[in-house]
Parts: sequence; C-alpha cells; structure tokens
Amino acid sequence: MADRTVLHVDMNCFYASVEMLHRPQMRHVPMAVGGDPQARHGIVLTANYLAKRQGVKTGMALWQARQVCPDIQFVPPRMDLYLRFSRMAHEIYQEYTDLWEPYGCDEVWMDVSGSCSLMGDGLTIAQDISRRIKSELGLTVSIGVSYNKIFAKLGSDYKKPDAITTMGREEYRTKAWPLPVGDLLYVGKSTERKLQSMGIRTIGELAQMEEKYLKSRFGKIGLVLHSFANGWDDSPVKREHTHAPIKSIGNSTTTPRDLETDEDVKIILYVLAESVAARLRENGFKCHVVEISVRDNALHHFTRQHKIDRPTNITSEIAQEAYRIFRATYQWEKPIRSLGVRGAELTLDHAYEQLDIFCDYIRREKQEKADAAVDEIRKRFGYFSIQRGLMYQDKLLSSLDAKGSHTVHPQGYFS
Amino acid sequence: MNEDKIYVDVNATFTKDGMLLPKSFVWEDGVEYEISKVKDIRRAASLKAGGAGMRYTCVVDGKEVYLFYEDNNMWFMEKSA
Repeated sequence: MADRTVLHVDMNCFYASVEMLHRPQMRHVPMAVGGDPQARHGIVLTANYLAKRQGVKTGMALWQARQVCPDIQFVPPRMDLYLRFSRMAHEIYQEYTDLWEPYGCDEVWMDVSGSCSLMGDGLTIAQDISRRIKSELGLTVSIGVSYNKIFAKLGSDYKKPDAITTMGREEYRTKAWPLPVGDLLYVGKSTERKLQSMGIRTIGELAQMEEKYLKSRFGKIGLVLHSFANGWDDSPVKREHTHAPIKSIGNSTTTPRDLETDEDVKIILYVLAESVAARLRENGFKCHVVEISVRDNALHHFTRQHKIDRPTNITSEIAQEAYRIFRATYQWEKPIRSLGVRGAELTLDHAYEQLDIFCDYIRREKQEKADAAVDEIRKRFGYFSIQRGLMYQDKLLSSLDAKGSHTVHPQGYFS
Repeated sequence: MNEDKIYVDVNATFTKDGMLLPKSFVWEDGVEYEISKVKDIRRAASLKAGGAGMRYTCVVDGKEVYLFYEDNNMWFMEKSA
C-alpha cells in the first residue's frame, strides 16, 4: 500500500495568540492567559513566546510566572472566543479532507492522502493551510508532514512558531531520532526517567532497543513506544465528527478557598458528583467505578478508586461513595486545594441488571425519579434554581456550577 | 480597549440567493456612508484592528475600505491613520 500523507497542525500558543490578535498593545510584551487570581484559578494556561523565553511555562502559578518574568501581563481567559477560532480553523481543515481529528482545541491531525492528486503533495497543502490560517485568522501554525500520526506530531513540534517540517521515510533517522525521547507522544516524565536509567536518551536509541527487553521493563506499552519510535504507527486519522466512545466521565475543580474540614470536602464532592451524575444520565450511562482525585496545598496529588456493587448514575450514591473513599484515605496532613470525581467502567443505563435481595430497589427508583426531576428543573430554570440543603452550609464553596463551566482537553491517543 | 477597532451600525440586505450585502454604515462621527459597491468578500483577519471575520471590500465615495463581519454578528472597521 502506498504511504499515507498525514499532517499535524498545531496552533502556536493558541490562547495567547488569539488574545494578541484582539489586543494589539499586547503583541510586543510578555503576556500570558491565566485564570482570575481572585478566584484562585491562578495558573498560566498559555504564555506567548516573549514570556516563554524568560522561563514562563504552562501550569505555573501566576506569582511564579511573575517571579521569572516581572513585567509579564496577565489576561483572563475567554474560552468562548478561543472555541470560535478553533471552529473557524476546523472549517479550513474541512476543505482539504474529511479525515481530520482534533486533539484538544488547538491541534489536529489530517490525512490528506486522497487530496494530493488534486491539491499537490503534503508540503504544498501544509503551506497552503499555513498561509490561510495566517491571512484568515491572523494566527500562526506549525505543521508536521509525514506518513504517520506520530512522526507528523514530532514534525509540528520540531520547529516553532510558524514553521513546516517534513518527516519522511528518508528523513526521520536524521530529524526524529536525535530528539530527546521525552518528545515522543506518551513518554511522560516518569517513563523518560526510567528510559534514561536504561541509557536511552534519544528516540533513535529507543527505536534500536531490543523489543524483548523493553517489554520486560514496561510491559505492553514498551512495545508500543518502540514502534512509535520506529514510525510503525498505522493508526488511522478519524473521520470528522466521529467521537471516540466515552470511557469515563469526570469533573474536577480548584476550590474557591482551601478545604480544611470533612464538611468542606463533602460540599465540593457533592457539587462534583451532581455534575458527573447529571452527565452520566445525559449520555445514557451508569458507572461501575467511582474515583476521586485530591491535590493538597503543597500540590501533592493522588487518586483512589473503588468498584461499587451496582452500576449507578444516582447523584447521592456517587457522592456518598466519593466521600467514603475520601474519609478512608485522607489523613488531613495538609489543607486541600483541588478535588475531582470521576465515574468509570461505564455501562449503558438500559442494560439488564442482576438484582439482589438486600438492596432497597424502591428507594433507588425514587432517587432516580428525584434526579430526573432535578435535571428537568435545572434545564428549565438554570443550575442554581434548585440546590441541596448541604450547599447552604457554605455558599462560597457551593457557588460553582461544575457542569456548566466546561473543560477542554485532548482525549487519550488510544481511545 | 482597542482604539483602532471601530464597531459600526450597518444596514444590510440578504439577496435571494442568500448572500449578505452591506448597504451603508454609520461611522463614529454619526455620519451615514453609502456603500456603492462590494468588490470582494473573503474571510480575513485584521491585525490593525485586532479581530477576524468575513471581510467586505467596499467602495465608499470612490475609496476602498474594509468592513468586517465578526462571527459574533457584529461589524467593525479599522480606524485609518
């Protein structure tokens, strides 16, 4: 089979670039898009290149960013604006192929193999897309051109901003292989550390490793990484609008103030569980596993999960289970900064269920009806039109609508 | 927040084949200007004003000006130097 032509398009410093387009006075100063420091969502979401050059990184607290870059300017995020620009970019991609797969809101893979006879080779199409994004949206992109998704992504990371890098069969040994192994998709910090302890520093060294050896150290993922490093990646670029099946539904939040008591945690877990359960119901799922994630004010982070007896999408069952896991695991050494709740191992909500004689099904049915009524009321009159009594214990903590304020992040590569 | 971006009131028509065509606009001094001709319509960004949308190249009093239709349904123009 002939090689595919796969592009990976990455919009440079996406949020910051959109802000710089709209605020010309910000174009020549170091700036970052970051949450509202008053609401304590005080981290850098995206920094522009001037700020990055001085050491500002995504995820830094605003005060840390100011430490490395004293003259930095912060602007609060305007998610709706960024999503509008993301959509406009998608409209451009659609003109080249129907095989385009977004990875987050600022990256996309495109398989343009079928368009090459009409529009020219991968490089020509990449140049055309780059020119159009610049003139039509006023933004710059980096594009990688290759024959598989992994190398295309390496290509778009290779040179930034506003660049095009080809990563063909005759080039990857000189271009991709000298790169540090941490640049490869799915090599995170701890995998990188492990690989380095084995003397593997570059992608090329990983590619030339014995497969057996990698498998013994890393298991299945070792083989996957080995084939990624060699460019043996034939995973297709998904057709537009086909979403990967949902594997889990979760919500997390940085709380308006640090949490110090069980009661505080209970309020937030209920808020999050309400959102998770409502989204499970909306999508026709029940979850078999409840997971919580906790980050304390020293930013130490952990997750715990537990399989429950009966799949559920009942708000109070998920909240109670989350609270029970929390009580069983957290010793209150430090106040808590952020919490998350997730429902996993999803089943369809109309699937058959094995009943048992010890469970009060009449009560469960009543709870399901109550949840459905709450969903309906909120749909018609807004989220805060109906609240649990618990929420009145602390109005500041319960003031967030976890479901309404959406989050945007890439789905996993394998899902 | 941005002095070079001037939002304007626009009178426009829809043609029977679905095209949106601006006919006149009211500049910040309150004067209404007739658009005698639309020469070009394309999606474009305005680095000067800071924004992006459909860009209408309009002829007004014999001069070419850009009128942008943002996707938040607002029209803006660039302030000339």
